[in-house]
Amino acid sequence: MCTDHLRGGGDIENAETNRYISEDVDQRFILLDFARVPLTCKITVDVRMKTSERIIELLLFLSAATAVLIVALIIIFLLKEGLLVLVKVGIVDFCLGMKWNPIAIAGEPSYGIFPMIVASFYVAIGSLIIAVPLGLACAVFLAEIAPSWARSILKHAIELLVGIPSVILGFVGLVLLVPFIRDHFGGWGFSILAGSIILAIMALPRIISISDDAIRSVPREYKEASLALGATHWHTIRKVILPSARSGIVAAVILAMATSIGETMAVLMVVGNTPILPAPIYDILDPVRPMTSNILLEMSYATGDHASALFATGIVLFIVVAVLNVISHTALKSKMGTRR
Amino acid sequence: MSEIEIESRNLDLWYGSAQALKEITMAMPEKKVTAIIGPSGCGKSSFIRCINRMNDLVKDCHITGELLFEGTNIYGNNVDAVELRKKIGMVFQKPNPFPMSIYDNVAYGPRVHGLRNREELDRIVEESLKASALWNEVGDIPDRSAIDLSGGQQQRLCIARTLAVKPKVILFDEPCSALDPISTAKIEDLINTLKHDYTIVIVTHNMQQAARVSDYTAFFLLGELVEFGKTKQIFELPEKKSTEDYITGRFG
Repeated sequence: MCTDHLRGGGDIENAETNRYISEDVDQRFILLDFARVPLTCKITVDVRMKTSERIIELLLFLSAATAVLIVALIIIFLLKEGLLVLVKVGIVDFCLGMKWNPIAIAGEPSYGIFPMIVASFYVAIGSLIIAVPLGLACAVFLAEIAPSWARSILKHAIELLVGIPSVILGFVGLVLLVPFIRDHFGGWGFSILAGSIILAIMALPRIISISDDAIRSVPREYKEASLALGATHWHTIRKVILPSARSGIVAAVILAMATSIGETMAVLMVVGNTPILPAPIYDILDPVRPMTSNILLEMSYATGDHASALFATGIVLFIVVAVLNVISHTALKSKMGTRR
Repeated sequence: MSEIEIESRNLDLWYGSAQALKEITMAMPEKKVTAIIGPSGCGKSSFIRCINRMNDLVKDCHITGELLFEGTNIYGNNVDAVELRKKIGMVFQKPNPFPMSIYDNVAYGPRVHGLRNREELDRIVEESLKASALWNEVGDIPDRSAIDLSGGQQQRLCIARTLAVKPKVILFDEPCSALDPISTAKIEDLINTLKHDYTIVIVTHNMQQAARVSDYTAFFLLGELVEFGKTKQIFELPEKKSTEDYITGRFG
C-alpha cells in the first residue's frame, strides 16, 4: 500500500515537489496522509516548516555539543599541564608518595600527594557518616510522615541551605566550629572533624532531596499491600519502602560523596591544610590538606614542575569524582531496570 | 442467612466536601461471598476500603455512621487499624507483589507479626501457596523474584500473601480487572474454594463474575445502596428498575 502511494507521488508533474518527496522517509508519510488532497501546496508548507525545524535542531545539537566540547577541552588541558610531572615522577610515586615538598631549598623537590588523597576521602566519608543518617531520616519524614504544611516549610528551608555560598559556611566554621572543637575536644581546632561537619551541612540538602524523590517514587501499591497485611507504618517504611528506594538512596549518597570530595572553599577554611597524614591515622582532630585545598593554596605562586604537579593533583581529583559520578548514575539506572 | 460478620449502619463517607457514600446499610454474612457491583465512581471501592480502614491513608476522608466487625465498630476509638487489618485482608485491583522473592512475599505478613521460626514459616508459606493454587507452579522456585511471575500468578501470590496472615475476612477490590480470562477463571475458582473458610467481599464491575462467584449482591449507584439481596434474586428478579437496567446492560 505504501509503495502505491509513492508511485503516485512520482507521477506528479512538478519537479520541485518530486525532489522534496524523495528527500526522506518522513515526507513519504506526509504524502500518505494527504494522498487524496492536492499534493503540492501541502508539501511546500511542510517543507518550509521542516527547514526551520532543522535549523532549530542544529542549534540545539550545537548547544549540546558545546557541553561535551568543554569537558573534552578541560581534560586535554589538564592532561597537557599535568602529564609532565606524572611522567617525571611516575604515577605510582605521585599518588602514593608521602612527601609534598614542591619548593625544596636544599635537594630535590618531592611531589607525593598520598596524604591529600587520604585527606579528601577522610573528610568526605566523615561528612557522609554525619549527613547520611540525618539526611535519610529527614527524607523519610518528608516523604512519609510530614503533613503538607510541615513539608513545605522543610522543603523551603532545605532550598535555603543549598543557596548558602560555601565561603559563608566556611566562615561560620572558622569563627564558630573551629574554636568550639579546640575548646571542647582539644587539638588545634582546624581538623578533619571540622571539615567533615561543614561538608555534612553542604551534603545534607542533596541527600535529602534525592532520597525524598526516591522514596516518593516507590509505587503506592507496595505501601498499601504492606499496610493491608497488618504491618505498621514504620515497619512498612523499613521493610518495603526503603528497600524499594535503595538504589536512589545509594545514588544520592555517592553523588554527595563526589561533591564533598570536590568541595574547596569551605573545607580549606577549617581543615588546617597541613600536607601530612594525621598521626595517629585515626585522629580526627588532626589537620589535613585535601586535594582541592592543595591546588587553591599554591596555584597563585607555583611555577614549572610545581604548577604541573598541581594540575596532576587536579587530574587525580577529576578521575575520583568522575568514577563516583559514574557509580552514582549506574545505581540510578539499575533502579529503572528492576522497576516493573 | 448465616451469622453476620460485617455490618454497615448508615455509613456516610466524604472526601473533603464531596460525599462518596450515602447512608449505606447492609450486612455481610459469615463465610459467604458478597459482591458489590455498580458503575465506575459509584463508591464501591470506597466502601470496601472502609472495611479494613485503607481510607485512613486518604487525606480529608471523613466517615460517619457505624461499621461493625464481629459486633464492634471498626471506627471506634479503641480500635487499632493495624490489628484490624490482620483480621481483614485485602487483595488489590492491580497485582502488587513486593519486589522480593516469592517466599519473602508470602512470609512478609507472618514476619510482620513476629514469627521468626524458619520451619513454621516454611509451613505457612507452603500452606498458603497450596491454598491459593500456586504451589504446583512455584513450589519449587520459592527464591525467584515475584516480579517475574505472570499477572495471574502475581495476583494468586497476593492472595497467598493475604492468607498467610490467617485473616477472617478477605476483601477483593476488582481482583481480575487486570487479568486475562484464564487467569480470571482461576481466581474465581479460588474464591469459590476460599469461601468455605473465609468471609469474602468482592468489588467487581463484571456482572457475570458477580453472578458466578457470589451468594449475595449489593448494587451501588452514585454513592447509594440501591439494592441488596441474594445474588439469584438480584439477577433474576430485581426489585428496583435501576438495578434491572444496569444488570441488563442498559447503562453503566
